[in-house]
Amino acid sequence: MVKFLPLKQAVAENLNDGDSVAFEGFTHLIPTAAAHEAIRQGFRDLTLIRMTPDLIYDQMIGMGMAKKIVFSYVGNPGVGLLRRARDSIENGFPRTIEVEEHSHAGMANAYEAGAAGLPCAVFRGYRGAGLAAVNPNIKSVTCPFTGEVLAAVPSIRPDVTFIHAQKADRKGNVLVEGIIGIQKEAVLAARRAVVTVEEVVDNFDDLHPNLTVLPRWTIAAISVVPGGSHPSYAHGYYARDNAAYLEWDAIAADREKFHAWMQANVIEKSADDFAGRVEHLRKAA
Amino acid sequence: MSDNPGFTPNEMMTIAASRALRNDDVCFVGIGAPSAACNVARLTHAPDITLIYESGTIGTAPDVLPLSIGDGELCETAVTTVAVPEMFRYWLQGGRISIGFLGAAQLDKFGNINTTVIGDYVHPKTRLPGGGGAPEIATSSKEIYITMAQTRRGMVEKIDFFTSFGHGEGGDHRKRLGIDTAGPTLLITDLAIWKPDPVTKEFTVVSLHPGVTRQQVQDSCGWVVKFAEALDETPAPSELELTTLRDLQARTKAAHEGTGKAKAA
Repeated sequence: MVKFLPLKQAVAENLNDGDSVAFEGFTHLIPTAAAHEAIRQGFRDLTLIRMTPDLIYDQMIGMGMAKKIVFSYVGNPGVGLLRRARDSIENGFPRTIEVEEHSHAGMANAYEAGAAGLPCAVFRGYRGAGLAAVNPNIKSVTCPFTGEVLAAVPSIRPDVTFIHAQKADRKGNVLVEGIIGIQKEAVLAARRAVVTVEEVVDNFDDLHPNLTVLPRWTIAAISVVPGGSHPSYAHGYYARDNAAYLEWDAIAADREKFHAWMQANVIEKSADDFAGRVEHLRKAA
Repeated sequence: MSDNPGFTPNEMMTIAASRALRNDDVCFVGIGAPSAACNVARLTHAPDITLIYESGTIGTAPDVLPLSIGDGELCETAVTTVAVPEMFRYWLQGGRISIGFLGAAQLDKFGNINTTVIGDYVHPKTRLPGGGGAPEIATSSKEIYITMAQTRRGMVEKIDFFTSFGHGEGGDHRKRLGIDTAGPTLLITDLAIWKPDPVTKEFTVVSLHPGVTRQQVQDSCGWVVKFAEALDETPAPSELELTTLRDLQARTKAAHEGTGKAKAA
């Protein structure tokens, strides 16, 4: 049953060295605070899964926490490349990293299959694409009814998924709204799920009936971290800090600059610092 | 373009690309140059065009261009926002997209695109972001439009990686792979408009932008360029098109810089 915990404890209780872990969020609602807590606790040998690894995976890879990355777009959205991830893939710095690369359709289908309890996902994809030749987890099956050859990928079943959401009610049910991405599937596909939220409200009685609500019994722990998605955003709470994404490019381009930034902004900070980072973005939301 | 035509090659590219879109198109929008072109179309001759971004926003009408494919503006102005698996399964794979609009880091003359690596895949010289939604956009959309500024590094004889399949090695290669969509039917660069040869599928220049010479097109392209016999000149941007694009870019610049103030260390 879900527990409300301080983020430090929620991360310590649910993440282990060597785990496969998804910190999901498709541009919106990225669980930055949870990722930073994982960095402070210094986990090793993680398999990092995410459709769009952006700043937080660049940071975790740069800190040497990942042995493998499973992804479909390893870029800084709208800005360019992820320079710590590049350094790891191109130069093996700070360590070599195993790469399993898919398309968005492949990852989305694989998460959905994981949530559905299936061993693999079947879809029309990767036709003529080079990824099928370099990723042994991209195979094909023939439709038994029509004979059409379709792509097959193994389902994604993370040990633990972290997401950020707008709010929980006092019982621990969680609301995700706006660009909902792959969060519902990533939570249901995982063995354990940890959610950070902007706030807790008394109840969800006033919600529209078809909103994306994750029932409390699908979640292991909830932590209240206002601003916990920054520099991503929380629809209805604060806007995306596009300038921070632009600035990251220069920070991550240099190994020493990166480490100084991580020390000052992650290692020496806590989850409580996130609220202040979004103050100037609240009116824009 | 030495006589100061009143617009830049990039503006001409975006506007020429916007003109290719129709009011009843359902367009899956790539970020960057495609996004600008699609929104100029929406703000000029195609007010009812359906723009879809892979974050799940369907029928979006942003006031400023998004920096990412998932900016809040896209969701707030959309007809509906769906989950990412639904986006790819029902709307793209389900055959609802008329135009997939893509950019490219590397492009060959058959419209095959590389946005994955420069060099070897396992030991790349440069690791690029990868395909994202593009591999399936390229095969499930009814047609593909591509837009990019011309450089010899970008337009190459042989791409380093097949991120998204265009016409493969040309001819009926798509059909041989069982792909029943049209693939790349239009390429708009900062210098010209290109269409595939009906038989070989090699991109052929059909229209030069105002003031551009054949030599300029060839000098900034890594393969030997074929030109159509009846070569058109692309009409220059209209006052409305230029104003719309410039206003959109000014609003976008102000919005993206604005968030940086009072940033926490």
